[in-house]
Amino acid sequence: MTIDWIHFTPWASLAGGVLLGVASALFILFNGRVLGISGILGGLLSPKKGDVSWRVFFILGMFVAPLAWNLLVPASYAATPVRFDATLPVLIIAGLLVGVGTRYGAGCTSGHGVCGLSRLSPRSLVATASFMAVGFLTVYLIRHVFG
Amino acid sequence: MKNRLSELLVGLLFGLGLILSGMTDPGKVLGFLDLAGAWDPSLAFVMGGAIAVGFFAFALAKKRSVNFFGGALHLPKSNAIDKRLVIGSALFGAGWGLAGLCPGPALVSMAAGQNKALIFVVAMVAGMLIFEFANRFIHRPASAAV
Repeated sequence: MTIDWIHFTPWASLAGGVLLGVASALFILFNGRVLGISGILGGLLSPKKGDVSWRVFFILGMFVAPLAWNLLVPASYAATPVRFDATLPVLIIAGLLVGVGTRYGAGCTSGHGVCGLSRLSPRSLVATASFMAVGFLTVYLIRHVFG
Repeated sequence: MKNRLSELLVGLLFGLGLILSGMTDPGKVLGFLDLAGAWDPSLAFVMGGAIAVGFFAFALAKKRSVNFFGGALHLPKSNAIDKRLVIGSALFGAGWGLAGLCPGPALVSMAAGQNKALIFVVAMVAGMLIFEFANRFIHRPASAAV
């Protein structure tokens, strides 16, 4: 292991994380809901009366973020370009796994990783450990064994 | 009305957090998951920053019966650590490690015009629908209304 100093962004990542935490805090305290994206989106796929609008509005807010970012952040803030290297078949398989897995696992990085761990939930600790371990293993296999 | 506005604003704040933190860059996420290679610790800082704030919010929420708007407070009740949880999370981890995308960043990237994120989101929704189908017809055939 070497540290990827070129891409490591301690301050931006910390600040971004704090924003995620503030959003999660506002959501539980003002909206009374756990900010878990897979749950918010998943619930839209078996919609129940009175349980749809809040999901739609939250997701709409997320959709507006890139536009807001471009308006708020000065052009001089040059972040390194994003890297979407996965091929089409990999994207599809990955998407299917994430879709099925987050629903069976009842959460993802936001629901279990941020909110669950913040709540000190043993269930979320196990879930987070599980997806982290397999995440690490998957990348190891792809990049250092098969790649 | 104030609920809809706050949901929208929180979603926006969350999306901005994802962009600022670099989580909408699959390369950065995969860089964190690549322990044996050039390791990018950034994601740990994201989680750390988030939990540092979230910890206090949920500690407060646990003590309340209603939210600040006077409405219901939906805290998860289940404590079960079962096969579903572990295997489901493992499957999610595999998908995450393959593409470096998870639900939140995928939605934001898609909205930002990344076609690859769109493909991922379509597949992800398909996966979620597969779960809905399985949940309704295979796992709990007795209850029609889930």
